[in-house]
Amino acid sequence: MIVQALAFYMFAAITVAAGVMVVSARNPVHSVLFLILAFFNAAGLFVLMGAEFLAMILVVVYVGAVAVLFLFVVMMLDINYAVMRQGFLQYLPVGLLIGLVLLVELALVGFSWVASTPDLPASLSGVPIPPIDEAHNTEAIGQVIYTKFAYLFQMAGLVLLVAMVGAIVLTLRQRDGVRRQSISAQVSRTREEAVEVKQVPSRSGV
Amino acid sequence: MFEIGLEHYLSVAAILFTLGIFGIFLNRKNVIIILMSIELMLLAVNINLVAFSTHLGDLVGQIFAIFVLTVAAAEAAIGLAILVVYFRNRGSIAVEDINMMKG
Repeated sequence: MIVQALAFYMFAAITVAAGVMVVSARNPVHSVLFLILAFFNAAGLFVLMGAEFLAMILVVVYVGAVAVLFLFVVMMLDINYAVMRQGFLQYLPVGLLIGLVLLVELALVGFSWVASTPDLPASLSGVPIPPIDEAHNTEAIGQVIYTKFAYLFQMAGLVLLVAMVGAIVLTLRQRDGVRRQSISAQVSRTREEAVEVKQVPSRSGV
Repeated sequence: MFEIGLEHYLSVAAILFTLGIFGIFLNRKNVIIILMSIELMLLAVNINLVAFSTHLGDLVGQIFAIFVLTVAAAEAAIGLAILVVYFRNRGSIAVEDINMMKG
């Protein structure tokens, strides 16, 4: 129990500290790296909560894809980030104020919720988590996501497809002066326009 | 103190969400940091969903967290693509320059 508590406090503290560094780092590359650290520690929190599949998905999707995409864009764009930091201190008080107000609101919601519902029902819907000796987390998710939530799963795939097509369409550009292979022109070429047979008389050259 | 319950995870998620909001206000000029703040907020939402899923013994929260993850990945890809195109056209990604439509 104490090991679990220690692990929780470590993961939570590093996640929050990395979150602070993400929003306050001077260099955007450092921001992305701290974002990766935050995601790793959030994955640790997920493992503590017993959601191992989501933890692994978080590492694979966020660290492997999204954070690398951010890193790629930050390094590709040639931007003077020092100019972008102007007005940082100007926005600091209002940002702190709004953050504080939001935090107090969230705390009030939490406290009133704790005060109003002393005991929650065991399960609210029809998909209870099976005991660990029957099916582990990945198996349990797999058993419902392809049956009960199959349409939603397909919709998620459709969202990803549309996002992929959209990103490609947005960033694709046709440049002038670039020599490209034209397969239809290559294939539709005939022998008559490609090869010319010359009768070369002896000792006179072409 | 040593009993880690639902409220501990909810507190972490609330702090992370507030940090995301704070980051949006703090980095008003840098769209990349704003997108990263949005990712932080979505992460906080996921922590909330998984915490309630574990606490209630209900798998739907984790399924929903997977869908939130999907939408977050799509959003990051589209947002960064728009950013790259905008930078190619204007040579800057400052938020206050984005006023071509005079909205």
